[in-house]
Amino acid sequence: MFKNFMSWIEYRMPFMEKMNLHVMQYPAPKNFNFWYFFGSLAMLVLVNQILTGIWLTMNFVPTAEGAFASVEYIMRDVDYGWLLRYMHSTGASAFFVVVYLHMLRGMMYGSYQKPRELLWIFGMLIFLVLMAEAFMGYLLPWGQMSFWGAQVIISIFGVIPVIGDDLTLWIRGDYVISGATLNRFFALHVIALPLVLVVLVFLHIIALHEVGSNNPDGIDVKRPNDGQKIEDNVSDKFTFHEYFTKGGKKIIVDAIPFHPYYTVKDIVGVVGFLFIFCFVIFFAPEGGGFFLEPPNFEPANPMKTPEHIAPVWYFTPFYAILRAVPDQLFGAIFMFLAIIFLALLPWLDRCPVRSVRYRSNLHKANLVMFCISFVVLGVLGVLPATPTYTLLAQIFSFTYFAYFGLLWFYSKNEKTKPLPVRLS
Amino acid sequence: MSNAPVDHGRRRFLTIATSVVGGVGAIGAAVPFIASWNPSEKAKQAGAPVTADISKLEDGQLIRVEWRGKPVWIVKRTPAMLESLTKAVDKLRDPASEEPQQPDYAKNDHRSKKPEIFVAVGICTHLGCSPTYIMNDFEAQVEGIPSGFFCPCHGSTYDMAGRVFSGVPAPKNLMIPPYMFVDDTTILIGADEGTA
Repeated sequence: MFKNFMSWIEYRMPFMEKMNLHVMQYPAPKNFNFWYFFGSLAMLVLVNQILTGIWLTMNFVPTAEGAFASVEYIMRDVDYGWLLRYMHSTGASAFFVVVYLHMLRGMMYGSYQKPRELLWIFGMLIFLVLMAEAFMGYLLPWGQMSFWGAQVIISIFGVIPVIGDDLTLWIRGDYVISGATLNRFFALHVIALPLVLVVLVFLHIIALHEVGSNNPDGIDVKRPNDGQKIEDNVSDKFTFHEYFTKGGKKIIVDAIPFHPYYTVKDIVGVVGFLFIFCFVIFFAPEGGGFFLEPPNFEPANPMKTPEHIAPVWYFTPFYAILRAVPDQLFGAIFMFLAIIFLALLPWLDRCPVRSVRYRSNLHKANLVMFCISFVVLGVLGVLPATPTYTLLAQIFSFTYFAYFGLLWFYSKNEKTKPLPVRLS
Repeated sequence: MSNAPVDHGRRRFLTIATSVVGGVGAIGAAVPFIASWNPSEKAKQAGAPVTADISKLEDGQLIRVEWRGKPVWIVKRTPAMLESLTKAVDKLRDPASEEPQQPDYAKNDHRSKKPEIFVAVGICTHLGCSPTYIMNDFEAQVEGIPSGFFCPCHGSTYDMAGRVFSGVPAPKNLMIPPYMFVDDTTILIGADEGTA
């Protein structure tokens, strides 16, 4: 009965065929570690954001007069409104935590290298859209930090020569940030950008499954089939989709099917993640003033700037770079370059070895320095700009960019360790 | 289906012509979507000039008036404040107001029509925060200058004529809006003799 139904469907739409291709018979390297949780966790958070977001729109009023009060209404009067909102606001920060770790994983194991350049580019586009989504979402509660943070970020476009002023006027739809701005940000935040995000995630996964997953050893699990028997190959036990073996031209080595092996592993990751996530939601929903900043508990007041404006923590590394450069226009340019350089990694890294495990000590040191720079810039971006902090921000902006310059320089003739033949 | 030979030149022409016409149509269709983001007529109306009563303004006092949603400051400067404007000219980025940040009638040493009445848009030229008016303790920011404006966002400093000090993130002096004295105690902000 069920079988008949499934074959009725299959004849009209290749449902099981695609499930096999992408889930049950997708060969994933057997040595995925802790770092491979964050892709699936990002998907989990995306689902959380979409679901809680839809429910929040049911009570949110996207006007300058009603926004702040409607958020308070959700918090106090709507049944479980506080939970939905905290899931959404904590989810925003969690999204960036998992995405930053996901990106670091890609950098450690060289997952951006050929042939995964396009996969990496899609990932960077997702990151950009995610930043736009978070920025627009932060305006919606219409608190002091919403208003003034948006004021600072929109003004960045004003530094563009000639068209800058008209462009900011066009973005705001008013001479200042007003209800018109709030309303269009709402439309973009709940409809336009989520659609773009979902499409990009789809493309990211299609591109991933075309080139195959990288792994901590950075060697391929799909090899040309020269007819030789491979000893101890765990992949022999499984059936993989013929798309991956190219009709026997390729042989799959040391890979296991995504389902059930990695679905089960990811559930472990999900449980671990939810422990932390729920702890924050229930015991520290404001994230110590970093997830929801204190001035945002006051309604937006265009006449009064808060004492100290800091963006939400996930923007602060880039914000610190913006502030570190004395010239406005160049500050904005360097901030964008900080992201552009990440997108260019596949072409800046000229080393044939992917994984940091088999690369030179210089590369390891460089990557550690990059992580330190990113974190220190993140901390500096939260703090007020004093001469000492500005100097520090300049130094660490330099080391941030130095990562890319040095990488390009040494990666061509890098002294690497011999690659293993099989996954460890 | 006819068996006439394919005329490739004709086919290419039709393909290009269709693409061009379609492209123009797509651009035309984009116009309403892009133009709808401009300020609405209502928003433009709200950008009309506003009046301020300065009859009760005391020496050294600052009042804020909202014009186009921005804070406009009106400060009655004391003689001491006016005198301090000449003290630190070498520390200023644009002491002579060369940048077009003011109407012509405010391009002078005190950047105002009447020396004692200072009118400016209270928005930092760096990234749009509103600086704080520091009447007495400004020496902590700039040595030898008793009063001025300090932006809490990124530490930009301005003197009592809204002129920016060098070495701070803000690139330009504070914007002076167009304004006119309707009578001795009333200022119209957003319009002047040239436009009203």
